[in-house]
Amino acid sequence: MLESHAHPLLQVREVCQSYRTGSGEMGAPILDNVSLELREDEIVGLLGRSGCGKSSLLRIVSGLVKPAAGEVTYHGVPVRGPAEGVAMVFQSFALFPWLSVLANVELGLRARRVSKTEARQRALKAIDLIGLDGFESAFPKELSGGMRQRVGFARALVVNPNILLMDEPFSALDVLTAETLRSDLLDLWVEGRMPIKSILMVTHNIEEAVLMCDRILVLSSNPGRIAAEIHVGLQHPRNRLDPEFRQLVDKIYALMTRRQEPVAHRDGTFPGLGLGMALPRVSTNTLAGMLEEIAAPPYNGRADMPALADSLHMEIDDLFPVGETLQLLRFAELEEGDIKLTPAGLRFADAEVDVRKKLFGDHLLAYVPLAARIKMVLDERPSHFARAIRFLEELEDYMSDDYADRTLKSVVNWGRYGEIFAYDEASETFSLENPQ
Amino acid sequence: MTLPLSAAESASISLDYGALPYYALRTTLRMFTAIGASLVFTFIYATIAAKNRRAAMVLVPLLDVLQSVPILGFLSFTITFFLGLFPGSTLGAECAAIFAIFTSQAWNMAFSFYQSLRSVPRDLNEVASGFLLSPWQRFWQLETPFALPALIWNMMMSMSGGWFFVVASEAIAVGDTTIKLPGIGAYLAAAIEQRRIDGVIAAVAAMLVVIIAYDQLLFRPLVTFAARFRVELSAAQTVESSWVADLFMRTRWLRNAMRGPVQLFQSIGLLRLEPLFRLPAPRVPSRELEIVFDLIWYGLIGLCIIWALWLIVPFVTQELSWHDVGESVALTLITMLRVVLLMGLATLVWVPVGVWVGLRPRLAEKIQPLAQFLAAFPANVIFPVAVVAILKFSLNADIWLSFLIVFGTQWYILFNVIAGASAFPNDLKEAAASFRIHGWDWWKSVILPGIFPYYVTGALTASGGSWNAAIVAEYVKWGDDTIAAHGIGAYIAEATATGNYPKIVLGVAVMSIFVILFNRLFWRPLFGFAERRLRLD
Repeated sequence: MLESHAHPLLQVREVCQSYRTGSGEMGAPILDNVSLELREDEIVGLLGRSGCGKSSLLRIVSGLVKPAAGEVTYHGVPVRGPAEGVAMVFQSFALFPWLSVLANVELGLRARRVSKTEARQRALKAIDLIGLDGFESAFPKELSGGMRQRVGFARALVVNPNILLMDEPFSALDVLTAETLRSDLLDLWVEGRMPIKSILMVTHNIEEAVLMCDRILVLSSNPGRIAAEIHVGLQHPRNRLDPEFRQLVDKIYALMTRRQEPVAHRDGTFPGLGLGMALPRVSTNTLAGMLEEIAAPPYNGRADMPALADSLHMEIDDLFPVGETLQLLRFAELEEGDIKLTPAGLRFADAEVDVRKKLFGDHLLAYVPLAARIKMVLDERPSHFARAIRFLEELEDYMSDDYADRTLKSVVNWGRYGEIFAYDEASETFSLENPQ
Repeated sequence: MTLPLSAAESASISLDYGALPYYALRTTLRMFTAIGASLVFTFIYATIAAKNRRAAMVLVPLLDVLQSVPILGFLSFTITFFLGLFPGSTLGAECAAIFAIFTSQAWNMAFSFYQSLRSVPRDLNEVASGFLLSPWQRFWQLETPFALPALIWNMMMSMSGGWFFVVASEAIAVGDTTIKLPGIGAYLAAAIEQRRIDGVIAAVAAMLVVIIAYDQLLFRPLVTFAARFRVELSAAQTVESSWVADLFMRTRWLRNAMRGPVQLFQSIGLLRLEPLFRLPAPRVPSRELEIVFDLIWYGLIGLCIIWALWLIVPFVTQELSWHDVGESVALTLITMLRVVLLMGLATLVWVPVGVWVGLRPRLAEKIQPLAQFLAAFPANVIFPVAVVAILKFSLNADIWLSFLIVFGTQWYILFNVIAGASAFPNDLKEAAASFRIHGWDWWKSVILPGIFPYYVTGALTASGGSWNAAIVAEYVKWGDDTIAAHGIGAYIAEATATGNYPKIVLGVAVMSIFVILFNRLFWRPLFGFAERRLRLD
């Protein structure tokens, strides 16, 4: 790999970040020794699943959040607090609803004591550049999503940043709008009409990354590490149907579904039980639907994930958790970007409701340690009752409160479907009896 | 305003109708001074509480207590205090009245602002940090606009509550000191003293005019204006309108006249106002150090509480015995029974009415403002009418005075239930109809759970107001006749009239404890339940 000849614009060195638990202690790591460089004239993509810490990394780069360890330098100077010359575009647009389009764009300038006339002039220019002419006096709630995100871009560009940070800027938009906005942005970039020297974007959309970026950093999850770096040598404008493009997409799918080496747990309780596994929120209907889809033609038990994602209109953040849950339950296997049903998975797809529930319950007990543990505690107790908080606290030793909560909720739902235990939401207790 | 006190004594209140507009103006002026003070207090208090963790430990629970304490009971203390501050001048009395109104308005405004500050969306905060907004800019560009809709709604509620206190605090006798400030409340008091029922009616009419004017001229435009600040991504279905706001938007000279002030305000909001010197960026202190500071802080709070008790307890125990404590507890129980029964009665009456109205959008549109208006109307203006009736038919004061307690507060239940029933989702209504759910089943499983969160909000406000009203409602006068019911309200009012301070302290303290317990053990859990289980969105 070529080391950059030019001085890097921005450097991230060995950054670590951890969750803070409710009591303020350091919890599980989010980012583990992440280093990266941003050079002039490149678009770099941070590609990863939800929860891999890519948004945290972006906030550390922007100076909004301080890393627990490591440092970020901009032009060789350590970043402490939000740096001038770095602007951010948000997934949720983050526009001030009480300000008009023009005022939203002007705000950043006015706050920096730019004179009123100059601010107005520059704002109008940015609005013009980004294609918002005629909307100057509109309020954000009158605009469509795409127009709102254009305001977000104009607001970022107006302060003449060197680096533009983008936090999943197109993921809240519908497919067509996102595509228009992407190509408009790329046109401006390729033609050099923006003052920006470099773009760092976070995304969970593999095709988007291949379409836009010169370099893609794939982040692994739990904790976030840079798992791979991929150079995209294709010329703009890129064609999604180009075989080379497809090949790259397939390659990244394969990379991202590669089975991870089980990470050694911190020395804690139950090292062998795997309780510390954060589970995604996936409904049993989705799992069943996915099994049926893969079992049926044209896939007949084995599907190419990019094709599956395309036909089901699922992004990887929807698709991967489903695939991995199926893998965890041994209903399917992921390999090299393909998903293949196991015999149990095929049996499930063919079975009646009651058989499905039984099968699901058995697999849940066998392969999800948390479910097994809840069942064991319930069996052991003469009363067959257990408070949920007890399991939640155990989980919080391994993960942040949010994840612990989500994990428990998933197990509750799966356990209810598999009829291995009952859960009463009002009293937050598990029991073995279902209401008569 | 600063005449010597003797000149402002009771003789100067004229029952001439012609004097009423002037009195109304003075009352309104007092009201606005108080709301201004409340606003400043809100900005400072809530901001400190939201930005400083240690300050929040004290300020937030304090606010919680102040919100539920019957302020009217303290009137005698504040009056003595302010009279002492400006001896021989009416300024002291004015301040005392304004302070009384202030105490009825400030707490819920501060609480709403605090909660808004704590819930500013993270991404907007990040934009503000990214653009390096100074704290002053952030306050005016982000935090205040974000908090505005809730703040304005609470200001309206506060104003509604405030009229009650303005009437109560303009004419008050504490022991030998009698205070009468020119205003509608004093006019009313004079009319009661001279048994002039026409004067009472004139005061009621004046009050009506004032409240309608303030609603149309001030709050309708403000609510229209505040709609812009709602953080929501879709345009609202209901658009508030106000003819005054339209007038300002559409009339060129009015718009031009407003431009100057608006621009001035905008540029003040954009001043950086950096602190003159920056403290070195606070290092993240170690965990242990934090704990030590916390312990020191807890210790200081503890000392303050002990010191306060050390001041109060001897003062009260000097003249009072355990017997008095028992008496006040018993009386508070009676008042509590009254509040509970009357709230129950109001619920039985107004929930069905509210549901009936709320399910008919056309009707709800007309009734809703009326109910809000009735909630703002100070019920104590009408008390004399009730007293005349009780005297005339020699009714039992213990029973019939009770109704006055919820007279002014029942409307909160009504308009919240109407709001709940109007917001009840149409598809649920249709589902209920298609499954032929009728009668009691429909009430029990469909509409009552649907409106419950709204009902609890209304009932919570009504219950707080009722405790306050008890102090005025259990002890009423008509000329030289005094009618008193048994209860802690009458106990406090009587002690105030005779200037017996230890008894006032005891009465207010016992009542406060009851109110706080009542809120904690009854309303709070109910509210939590409603939020958790019965929210429809």
